[in-house]
Amino acid sequence: MKRLTKAGLLASSTLIATGAMAQTELSMWYHGAGNEVESNILGGIIEDFNAAQSDWTVSVESFPQGSYNDSVVAGALSGNLPCILDVDGPVMPNWAWSGYMQPLPISEEAIAGHLDSTVGRWDGEIYSVGLWDAAVALYTRQATLDALGLRTPTLDNPWTGEEFMAALEAAKASGEFEYAFDPGMAWTGEWYPYAFSPFLQSFGGDIVDRSTYQTAEGALNGEAAMEFGEWWQSLFTEGYAPGTSQDPADRDNGFIEGKYAFSWNGNWAAVATLEGGVDDVVFLPAPDFGNGPTIGAGSWQFGASGTCEHPDGVAEFVEFALQDKYLAAFSDGIGLIPATEEAAAMTENYAPGGALEPFFGLSEGQALVRPVSPGYVVAAKVFEKAMADIANGADVADTLDAAVDEIDADIEANSGYGH
Amino acid sequence: MASKLTRSTGAGWAFALPGFGLIALFIIVPFFFAFGLSLTNQRLISPNPTEYVGFENYRDLLSLSVITLEPERDDSGAVIRDEDGEIEYPRVRTITRSDDFPQYRGMREWFRWQSAETARVVIASDVVFMKALVNTLMFVLVVAPVQGGLALILALLINQKLRGINIYRAIYFMPVVVSIVVVSLLWRFIYDGNDGLLNNLLSAITFGGWQPVDWLGNPDTALGSIMAMSIWQAVGFHMVIWLSGLQTISPTLYEAAEIEGASKWQTFRYVTWPGLRNTAVLVLIVITMQAFALFAQIDVMTNGGPLDSTQTVVFQAVERGYGKQDISGGSTISVILFLLVLTISLIQRWLTREK
Repeated sequence: MKRLTKAGLLASSTLIATGAMAQTELSMWYHGAGNEVESNILGGIIEDFNAAQSDWTVSVESFPQGSYNDSVVAGALSGNLPCILDVDGPVMPNWAWSGYMQPLPISEEAIAGHLDSTVGRWDGEIYSVGLWDAAVALYTRQATLDALGLRTPTLDNPWTGEEFMAALEAAKASGEFEYAFDPGMAWTGEWYPYAFSPFLQSFGGDIVDRSTYQTAEGALNGEAAMEFGEWWQSLFTEGYAPGTSQDPADRDNGFIEGKYAFSWNGNWAAVATLEGGVDDVVFLPAPDFGNGPTIGAGSWQFGASGTCEHPDGVAEFVEFALQDKYLAAFSDGIGLIPATEEAAAMTENYAPGGALEPFFGLSEGQALVRPVSPGYVVAAKVFEKAMADIANGADVADTLDAAVDEIDADIEANSGYGH
Repeated sequence: MASKLTRSTGAGWAFALPGFGLIALFIIVPFFFAFGLSLTNQRLISPNPTEYVGFENYRDLLSLSVITLEPERDDSGAVIRDEDGEIEYPRVRTITRSDDFPQYRGMREWFRWQSAETARVVIASDVVFMKALVNTLMFVLVVAPVQGGLALILALLINQKLRGINIYRAIYFMPVVVSIVVVSLLWRFIYDGNDGLLNNLLSAITFGGWQPVDWLGNPDTALGSIMAMSIWQAVGFHMVIWLSGLQTISPTLYEAAEIEGASKWQTFRYVTWPGLRNTAVLVLIVITMQAFALFAQIDVMTNGGPLDSTQTVVFQAVERGYGKQDISGGSTISVILFLLVLTISLIQRWLTREK
């Protein structure tokens, strides 16, 4: 409520300043075309915002998620970007660096108490703010844990790498599952770096060296990364996990149907799993392979495009949209993790005792954003290919070396990406 | 002919203008753009200024070297062998990542062969592109004759006056009308490694004796699977071209052959085939060019995997130019592809010339 009055005050003060001018239109692009629930919630926020003040009218245009980034790149190349841009967290530095986005003049106050991973910062400035985050957990059934005699890991005391492999071995030996572990190889694209690079980080490696962001040498092909690569390959060669040719339908339903004992999956799949009849599903934290347990972070966020003449209007809209009730509405509607604790308390699933409450803890406790660099977009592609190749049996050291060379060549070709 | 053309130039050129204009705008101009971009370091997205880099992009794609590896020896100088009796060599990365050999920096093993005790390793600065090149050539070499031949057989079969022959024509032509993306998606299900249609079918006719094969997930079968599916998809198109060629052959020739007592084979060999000469040249060149442009099937079905066994030149051009935001790299691949297709088409043209 406090924020609402503040936005109201701000709105009225600008109203006095600009006099009785007509409303300025702010166009907006969104990635959620085809999702009715999502569109309705966003439509509701925009309607409320347009009614709550008289300076700006926001009008939205939705794109399918699969082609959204391409649309923005094409829009930028032809000089046709909207004012308000919807941007995926890890992509933001690339767009900020290339001038598609400008800093968002939002007050620190408005984002106080928000999950760190929902605020997109680049070069010391805030460029984008999100209403939610996503988190990944190790799905399993309580019945499976009991039957295999496994300890339930907690945030404070997660499984070690050995415990995790022992659990997979036990599940495999039980003979009750097609595969012990489903990492989700059917979900090609951003899922690979988002879901699998945290394992690498837990081993002590990374996609790039985050101290300089100028090279991947040592981070992606150092000792820790080699160890990670061998472990990753063993998942497939020793038959713990289905490979890259996994049927997408099995990815979506395999765990529910009992084909897999453990599934590495995001919070967005939790509601479907519960509705699918897995009443005793438990969401376990990521295992710790030696360098602390980590999961990926950073989801879709809002920011101002580089060509927008009214970043203040964009900031006003974003501040308005950041009200807890909207965060809660998005969370209830499409199962995302609300950005604040207050909003979490208002939701059905993330409130204390809610079915998905563990995810909020995971986001707070284990989340590590993907490398904050304009080069991430390319590095992510290279990493994806390396993961697929290693899973398919390629030599670990050669594959990681090749990935390092490609990432380094790209960083050099872009003169260091402005770090 | 020529005089008529020169007399009615005004109207003629006016009618041709939209076509010429569109071809120039969308094919000729972009080609010169691509050639220009391939000499720069242009990125898709970048605030950095574009610079002229000469032929560096071509060097990055095409550089090859051969290095010689001496076997590992123990203290007594004997060659070390592993459990299988294979000679152990130092890893290639000890050379390519060593500061002693800066000329091999960033290169990677493509393939190797062994002569006596030393191994020779061909290293390439872009192994993925080399594999894409080989895969594409393989694809063309298999698809062009097989697809052309099958299409000819189908055309001969349906070039008969039988009741209901149009139904067969429609059936064979159907896959051509369906979008290649849809066809690729369907074949992904057909090729599914667990319970795909193909595996089920094979297991049914062998009474369960068939071991399911992960057609698209196995590097040995992936490219072959895509070849088979591509041949099936476009065979109907070329069937129609053959058919039109068949129907230009005068029936009187067949009648004459019949009177002479020619066998079916002789009729085909000495009447049909010579009559199809120009059609054959057209079909061959069209299939070759289409096969070089292999992209959608790869994009939908395998993404170039597993282990680069289905990488192709056009897929690499798109992946690089758009996916990895390296427009100059993608342009370079396009120019190389253009030169390749041009060369092969000219050779085909020369081989099939009127003697």
